Amino acid sequence: MIPVQHFLLLGALLFSLGVYGVLSRRNAVLIILSVELMLQAVNINLVAFAVYLAPDEFVGLIFALFVIAVAAAEVGLALAIALRLFRNRTTANVDEVDSLRW
Amino acid sequence: MSYEEGLFYVVAAVTALGGLGVVVNRNVVHAALFLIVALLGVAGIFLLLSAEFLAIVQILIYGAAVTILVLFVIMLTRVRDVPRATIGPQAPLAVAVAGSIFGLLAATILMTDWAALGATEETHLVPVRRLGEVLFSRWSVPFEVASLVLLVALVGAIVLARPEEEE
Repeated sequence: MIPVQHFLLLGALLFSLGVYGVLSRRNAVLIILSVELMLQAVNINLVAFAVYLAPDEFVGLIFALFVIAVAAAEVGLALAIALRLFRNRTTANVDEVDSLRW
Repeated sequence: MSYEEGLFYVVAAVTALGGLGVVVNRNVVHAALFLIVALLGVAGIFLLLSAEFLAIVQILIYGAAVTILVLFVIMLTRVRDVPRATIGPQAPLAVAVAGSIFGLLAATILMTDWAALGATEETHLVPVRRLGEVLFSRWSVPFEVASLVLLVALVGAIVLARPEEEE
Protein backbone atom coordinates (compact mmCIF):
# COMPACT_ATOMS: atom_id res chain seq x y z
CA MET A 1 0.00 0.00 0.00
CA ILE A 2 1.22 3.48 -0.80
CA PRO A 3 2.08 5.41 2.38
CA VAL A 4 0.15 8.62 2.96
CA GLN A 5 3.39 10.66 2.91
CA HIS A 6 3.83 10.08 -0.82
CA PHE A 7 0.50 11.71 -1.61
CA LEU A 8 1.26 14.60 0.71
CA LEU A 9 4.70 15.11 -0.87
CA LEU A 10 3.12 15.22 -4.32
CA GLY A 11 0.65 17.79 -3.00
CA ALA A 12 3.49 19.86 -1.53
CA LEU A 13 5.39 19.72 -4.83
CA LEU A 14 2.37 20.84 -6.86
CA PHE A 15 1.64 23.63 -4.35
CA SER A 16 5.24 24.92 -4.56
CA LEU A 17 5.09 24.87 -8.37
CA GLY A 18 1.88 26.90 -8.15
CA VAL A 19 3.49 29.40 -5.76
CA TYR A 20 6.42 29.79 -8.16
CA GLY A 21 4.03 30.33 -11.08
CA VAL A 22 1.96 32.94 -9.25
CA LEU A 23 5.07 34.88 -8.19
CA SER A 24 7.02 34.72 -11.44
CA ARG A 25 4.46 34.96 -14.26
CA ARG A 26 3.48 38.26 -15.84
CA ASN A 27 0.39 37.19 -17.76
CA ALA A 28 -2.83 37.25 -15.70
CA VAL A 29 -4.17 34.08 -17.36
CA LEU A 30 -0.98 32.18 -16.48
CA ILE A 31 -1.28 33.38 -12.87
CA ILE A 32 -4.83 31.96 -12.80
CA LEU A 33 -3.51 28.63 -14.14
CA SER A 34 -0.93 28.53 -11.34
CA VAL A 35 -3.65 29.21 -8.76
CA GLU A 36 -5.54 26.23 -10.20
CA LEU A 37 -2.42 24.09 -9.62
CA MET A 38 -2.33 25.17 -5.97
CA LEU A 39 -6.02 24.29 -5.56
CA GLN A 40 -5.33 20.85 -7.03
CA ALA A 41 -2.54 20.33 -4.50
CA VAL A 42 -4.92 21.21 -1.67
CA ASN A 43 -7.48 18.76 -3.05
CA ILE A 44 -4.92 15.94 -3.13
CA ASN A 45 -4.13 16.66 0.52
CA LEU A 46 -7.79 16.77 1.56
CA VAL A 47 -8.63 13.48 -0.18
CA ALA A 48 -5.50 11.76 1.14
CA PHE A 49 -6.32 12.83 4.71
CA ALA A 50 -9.95 11.75 4.29
CA VAL A 51 -9.02 8.31 2.96
CA TYR A 52 -6.13 7.55 5.33
CA LEU A 53 -7.00 9.30 8.58
CA ALA A 54 -10.81 9.29 8.74
CA PRO A 55 -12.08 6.56 6.40
CA ASP A 56 -15.52 6.40 8.04
CA GLU A 57 -16.28 10.08 7.62
CA PHE A 58 -16.37 11.87 4.32
CA VAL A 59 -15.46 15.36 5.51
CA GLY A 60 -12.30 15.57 3.41
CA LEU A 61 -14.06 14.34 0.28
CA ILE A 62 -16.95 16.79 0.78
CA PHE A 63 -14.44 19.60 1.30
CA ALA A 64 -12.69 18.62 -1.93
CA LEU A 65 -16.04 18.75 -3.76
CA PHE A 66 -16.71 22.24 -2.38
CA VAL A 67 -13.19 23.32 -3.34
CA ILE A 68 -13.89 22.20 -6.91
CA ALA A 69 -17.22 24.07 -6.98
CA VAL A 70 -15.78 27.29 -5.57
CA ALA A 71 -12.72 27.00 -7.84
CA ALA A 72 -15.03 26.79 -10.86
CA ALA A 73 -16.74 30.02 -9.74
CA GLU A 74 -13.36 31.62 -9.06
CA VAL A 75 -11.87 30.75 -12.43
CA GLY A 76 -14.96 32.10 -14.23
CA LEU A 77 -14.77 35.43 -12.41
CA ALA A 78 -10.98 35.70 -12.63
CA LEU A 79 -10.98 35.07 -16.38
CA ALA A 80 -13.75 37.66 -16.84
CA ILE A 81 -11.59 40.16 -14.94
CA ALA A 82 -8.57 39.27 -17.11
CA LEU A 83 -10.70 39.81 -20.20
CA ARG A 84 -11.91 43.20 -18.94
CA LEU A 85 -8.30 44.14 -18.10
CA PHE A 86 -7.24 43.27 -21.64
CA ARG A 87 -10.09 45.34 -23.14
CA ASN A 88 -9.28 48.40 -21.03
CA ARG A 89 -5.48 48.30 -21.20
CA THR A 90 -4.78 46.10 -24.27
CA THR A 91 -2.46 44.01 -22.15
CA ALA A 92 -2.95 40.99 -19.93
CA ASN A 93 0.35 41.50 -18.13
CA VAL A 94 -0.18 42.40 -14.50
CA ASP A 95 3.08 44.37 -14.18
CA GLU A 96 1.98 46.83 -16.87
CA VAL A 97 -1.15 47.73 -14.91
CA ASP A 98 0.48 50.24 -12.59
CA SER A 99 -1.80 53.31 -12.61
CA LEU A 100 -2.04 53.17 -8.83
CA ARG A 101 1.73 52.96 -8.42
CA TRP A 102 3.33 56.05 -6.93
CA MET B 1 7.41 -2.72 -5.15
CA SER B 2 3.80 -3.59 -5.83
CA TYR B 3 2.20 -2.67 -9.14
CA GLU B 4 0.06 -0.16 -7.27
CA GLU B 5 3.13 1.73 -6.11
CA GLY B 6 4.63 1.63 -9.58
CA LEU B 7 1.39 3.06 -10.96
CA PHE B 8 1.45 5.79 -8.31
CA TYR B 9 4.98 6.86 -9.24
CA VAL B 10 4.11 7.00 -12.95
CA VAL B 11 0.95 9.06 -12.33
CA ALA B 12 2.74 11.29 -9.83
CA ALA B 13 5.58 11.91 -12.31
CA VAL B 14 3.07 12.81 -15.05
CA THR B 15 1.27 15.18 -12.68
CA ALA B 16 4.47 16.86 -11.51
CA LEU B 17 5.80 17.24 -15.07
CA GLY B 18 2.45 18.72 -16.13
CA GLY B 19 2.65 21.19 -13.26
CA LEU B 20 6.21 22.09 -14.18
CA GLY B 21 5.10 22.64 -17.79
CA VAL B 22 2.37 25.02 -16.60
CA VAL B 23 4.78 27.25 -14.70
CA VAL B 24 7.84 27.28 -16.98
CA ASN B 25 6.46 27.07 -20.52
CA ARG B 26 6.92 30.28 -22.51
CA ASN B 27 3.94 29.61 -24.77
CA VAL B 28 0.63 30.48 -23.11
CA VAL B 29 -1.37 27.88 -25.05
CA HIS B 30 1.18 25.16 -24.27
CA ALA B 31 0.99 26.08 -20.58
CA ALA B 32 -2.80 25.62 -20.69
CA LEU B 33 -2.38 22.25 -22.42
CA PHE B 34 0.12 21.17 -19.75
CA LEU B 35 -2.51 22.13 -17.18
CA ILE B 36 -4.82 19.51 -18.74
CA VAL B 37 -2.05 16.90 -18.26
CA ALA B 38 -1.63 17.90 -14.61
CA LEU B 39 -5.42 17.87 -13.99
CA LEU B 40 -5.85 14.42 -15.53
CA GLY B 41 -2.87 13.26 -13.43
CA VAL B 42 -4.63 14.52 -10.31
CA ALA B 43 -7.74 12.59 -11.41
CA GLY B 44 -5.52 9.47 -11.57
CA ILE B 45 -4.25 10.24 -8.05
CA PHE B 46 -7.88 10.41 -6.86
CA LEU B 47 -8.49 6.99 -8.44
CA LEU B 48 -5.43 5.60 -6.64
CA LEU B 49 -6.87 7.05 -3.43
CA SER B 50 -10.06 5.07 -4.28
CA ALA B 51 -12.12 8.26 -4.52
CA GLU B 52 -13.66 7.43 -7.88
CA PHE B 53 -16.49 9.98 -7.72
CA LEU B 54 -14.02 12.83 -7.23
CA ALA B 55 -11.95 11.55 -10.15
CA ILE B 56 -15.00 11.72 -12.41
CA VAL B 57 -15.93 15.19 -11.14
CA GLN B 58 -12.32 16.28 -11.69
CA ILE B 59 -12.30 15.15 -15.33
CA LEU B 60 -15.76 16.62 -16.05
CA ILE B 61 -15.26 20.03 -14.45
CA TYR B 62 -11.53 20.63 -14.75
CA GLY B 63 -10.49 18.49 -17.68
CA ALA B 64 -13.33 19.81 -19.79
CA ALA B 65 -15.04 23.00 -18.62
CA VAL B 66 -12.26 24.96 -16.94
CA THR B 67 -9.60 24.27 -19.56
CA ILE B 68 -11.93 25.23 -22.42
CA LEU B 69 -12.75 28.48 -20.60
CA VAL B 70 -9.02 29.15 -20.14
CA LEU B 71 -8.26 28.47 -23.81
CA PHE B 72 -11.06 30.83 -24.86
CA VAL B 73 -9.71 33.65 -22.71
CA ILE B 74 -6.16 33.04 -24.01
CA MET B 75 -7.54 33.32 -27.53
CA LEU B 76 -9.37 36.57 -26.70
CA THR B 77 -6.43 38.22 -24.89
CA ARG B 78 -3.84 37.39 -27.51
CA VAL B 79 -1.40 40.20 -28.27
CA ARG B 80 -0.43 39.98 -31.89
CA ASP B 81 2.97 41.70 -31.69
CA VAL B 82 6.29 40.07 -30.89
CA PRO B 83 6.19 37.47 -28.15
CA ARG B 84 7.46 38.93 -24.92
CA ALA B 85 8.96 37.42 -21.83
CA THR B 86 6.30 35.60 -19.84
CA ILE B 87 8.40 35.55 -16.70
CA GLY B 88 9.12 38.73 -14.79
CA PRO B 89 12.45 39.87 -13.30
CA GLN B 90 11.37 38.62 -9.88
CA ALA B 91 11.76 34.95 -10.95
CA PRO B 92 14.88 34.13 -8.80
CA LEU B 93 13.06 35.41 -5.72
CA ALA B 94 10.03 33.31 -6.68
CA VAL B 95 12.25 30.21 -6.92
CA ALA B 96 13.58 30.92 -3.43
CA VAL B 97 10.11 31.41 -1.94
CA ALA B 98 8.61 28.33 -3.62
CA GLY B 99 11.67 26.23 -2.73
CA SER B 100 11.54 27.21 0.92
CA ILE B 101 7.79 26.50 1.08
CA PHE B 102 8.41 23.06 -0.42
CA GLY B 103 11.29 22.40 1.99
CA LEU B 104 9.16 23.37 4.98
CA LEU B 105 6.21 21.23 3.85
CA ALA B 106 8.40 18.23 2.97
CA ALA B 107 10.28 18.37 6.28
CA THR B 108 6.98 18.54 8.20
CA ILE B 109 5.47 15.66 6.21
CA LEU B 110 8.53 13.43 6.65
CA MET B 111 9.02 14.18 10.35
CA THR B 112 5.38 13.55 11.34
CA ASP B 113 4.62 10.10 12.72
CA TRP B 114 1.52 9.32 10.66
CA ALA B 115 0.95 5.88 12.21
CA ALA B 116 0.64 7.51 15.63
CA LEU B 117 -2.05 9.78 14.21
CA GLY B 118 -4.08 6.74 13.21
CA ALA B 119 -3.25 6.54 9.50
CA THR B 120 -4.65 3.32 8.07
CA GLU B 121 -2.43 0.98 6.13
CA GLU B 122 -4.94 0.23 3.42
CA THR B 123 -7.66 2.21 1.76
CA HIS B 124 -11.17 1.08 0.96
CA LEU B 125 -13.31 2.15 -1.94
CA VAL B 126 -15.38 5.18 -1.02
CA PRO B 127 -19.05 4.18 -1.45
CA VAL B 128 -20.59 6.82 -3.71
CA ARG B 129 -24.04 6.13 -2.25
CA ARG B 130 -22.93 6.96 1.30
CA LEU B 131 -21.05 10.02 0.03
CA GLY B 132 -24.26 11.28 -1.59
CA GLU B 133 -26.30 10.61 1.54
CA VAL B 134 -23.84 12.55 3.70
CA LEU B 135 -23.66 15.38 1.16
CA PHE B 136 -27.44 15.83 1.02
CA SER B 137 -28.13 15.42 4.73
CA ARG B 138 -25.37 16.78 6.93
CA TRP B 139 -23.87 19.10 4.31
CA SER B 140 -27.06 20.17 2.53
CA VAL B 141 -26.93 23.83 3.65
CA PRO B 142 -23.32 24.37 2.46
CA PHE B 143 -24.32 22.58 -0.74
CA GLU B 144 -27.11 25.10 -1.37
CA VAL B 145 -24.79 27.98 -0.51
CA ALA B 146 -22.25 26.62 -3.01
CA SER B 147 -24.90 26.60 -5.75
CA LEU B 148 -25.77 30.22 -4.88
CA VAL B 149 -22.05 31.14 -5.03
CA LEU B 150 -21.81 29.59 -8.49
CA LEU B 151 -24.90 31.47 -9.70
CA VAL B 152 -23.66 34.83 -8.39
CA ALA B 153 -20.15 34.26 -9.76
CA LEU B 154 -21.39 33.34 -13.22
CA VAL B 155 -23.81 36.31 -13.40
CA GLY B 156 -20.92 38.52 -12.29
CA ALA B 157 -18.62 37.02 -14.92
CA ILE B 158 -21.20 37.74 -17.65
CA VAL B 159 -21.62 41.34 -16.47
CA LEU B 160 -17.83 41.86 -16.37
CA ALA B 161 -17.06 40.28 -19.72
CA ARG B 162 -19.97 41.79 -21.65
CA PRO B 163 -18.94 44.41 -24.21
CA GLU B 164 -19.77 47.92 -23.14
CA GLU B 165 -22.94 49.33 -24.66
CA GLU B 166 -22.40 52.11 -27.13
CA GLU B 167 -24.14 55.32 -26.13
